[in-house]
Amino acid sequence: MAKVLMKGNEAIGAAAIKAGCKYFFGYPITPQNELPEYMARELPNIGGVFLQAESEVAAINMVYGAAGAGARVMTSSSSPGIALKQEGISYIAGAELPCVIVNIVRGGPGLGGIQPAQSDYYQATRGGGNGDYRHLVYAPATIQETVDLLMEAFDVAEQYRNPVMVIGDGMIGQMMEPVEFKEPKKRPIAPKTWSTDGTKGERKPNIINSLYIDPQELEDHVIRLENKYAEMKENETRYENYNVKDADVVVVAYGTTSRVVKNAIAKCEEEGIKIGLIRPITLWPFPDKAFEEITDRTKGILTVEMSTGQMIDDVKIAINGRKPVHFYGRTGGMVPIPDAIVEEIKKISGGVK
Amino acid sequence: MQERVIIAGFGGQGVMSMGQLLTYAGMIENKNVSWLPSYGPEMRGGTANCNVMVSDEPIGSPIVTEATVAIVMNRPSLDKFESDVLPEGNLLINSSLIDIKSERDDLNIHYIPANELADELGNSKVANMVMLGAYLELTKAVKTESIIEAFKKVFGESKANLVAINKEALEKGAEAVR
Repeated sequence: MAKVLMKGNEAIGAAAIKAGCKYFFGYPITPQNELPEYMARELPNIGGVFLQAESEVAAINMVYGAAGAGARVMTSSSSPGIALKQEGISYIAGAELPCVIVNIVRGGPGLGGIQPAQSDYYQATRGGGNGDYRHLVYAPATIQETVDLLMEAFDVAEQYRNPVMVIGDGMIGQMMEPVEFKEPKKRPIAPKTWSTDGTKGERKPNIINSLYIDPQELEDHVIRLENKYAEMKENETRYENYNVKDADVVVVAYGTTSRVVKNAIAKCEEEGIKIGLIRPITLWPFPDKAFEEITDRTKGILTVEMSTGQMIDDVKIAINGRKPVHFYGRTGGMVPIPDAIVEEIKKISGGVK
Repeated sequence: MQERVIIAGFGGQGVMSMGQLLTYAGMIENKNVSWLPSYGPEMRGGTANCNVMVSDEPIGSPIVTEATVAIVMNRPSLDKFESDVLPEGNLLINSSLIDIKSERDDLNIHYIPANELADELGNSKVANMVMLGAYLELTKAVKTESIIEAFKKVFGESKANLVAINKEALEKGAEAVR
């Protein structure tokens, strides 16, 4: 199929529909509004349902219901709206239902601003909901990657019966880049024998539930979930490593920030400084393995984020004290510029040798 | 080749669609492209702008920090983006609405009376295409035919009747800097 030029938010909508998503529940918030707009326009044409709920809390619970009935369903929002959905996400994870949640992140805390940010890393990877639950978090850096991961996210969600989050920011949502819609690779997805789509008098009713009063029963349930998360960690972790071996400094960055870092790296290379990049594509599971490539030559690690430092915790866990870990970030909707990152890199590398 | 372009003006001057045409045309020519708009509560009255990259190399950040070209359609845009152009870069100024000269002496500066030239064609709305025509003549970033092909994609077949006047506007702009 030929490439088309699409805005990130609309490309997400198109990818979702191509992946078989038929139901969307949401509540408006900048900078992701073109996505529900697209779904409102397109879903009725394919016999799907778009519904603007009365609140984010209602929207995520509608997702819970549709997912329980076995439908391919998605919701999207931006930071404070995703905060409101956390309770529902915990229930959906507890009840082991598949769904896709898109967060086009904006600055925070509170209502914050509307410009690009990455200050929802903790919210996405640690979860704002209660209990021992986890969900996959994809953090694409281009519109093409957003589309690819979003289409795959529906399959992954059903394979593991777990919510999957795709996280971008205002820049990913608003910018236009060429995209091509490609079928994701086939995955083993079991028939939805658990869904509450009517017994037709042929079987006992299925029950969707996250309540376990007997503590032993709940512990067994949580351990089963934990085993599932371990399997996700084993099979679904993704990252991109660029020149990590024998780099003077290794930079860690994801999403939009990784693109700015690539410009900074090009500038350093012109000056003869060797810089590597570790770009996590999944924020959870975090790609610990990517750090094994770092050699003795590397003087230090620089984590660059559009936050005051959240992913850096995972970087420190992954590097486990082997190298000093430094931080540079802008926040509140400010995007770092390449020159500022170059300056931070040089502080660690000691300049040109 | 890497074109890093800032296009700026006030809402309604067609700066966003100018950028989209350039981006789409670049894509048609199999170049790497990106289009990044300003967004927020600044749409009416203030400056609207977009960053366009058209490149043979893969594109890193879509944010233009070291512009090769700035196309400014009104005075606030000149004030805001004049300093972002790299030395030896092109600065295209809509002199119909901007009555001052640039303070930079290290740029190739082109004063183009885009609104007057558009009026001569009988449609003041094509001032943006006059500027785009001048830009293409100066940089040869993409072919005029690609812009026309992109026009149908960006504006849809229903606007195909406007292709002729937009073509004329591109030519008028090219003439102005030839």
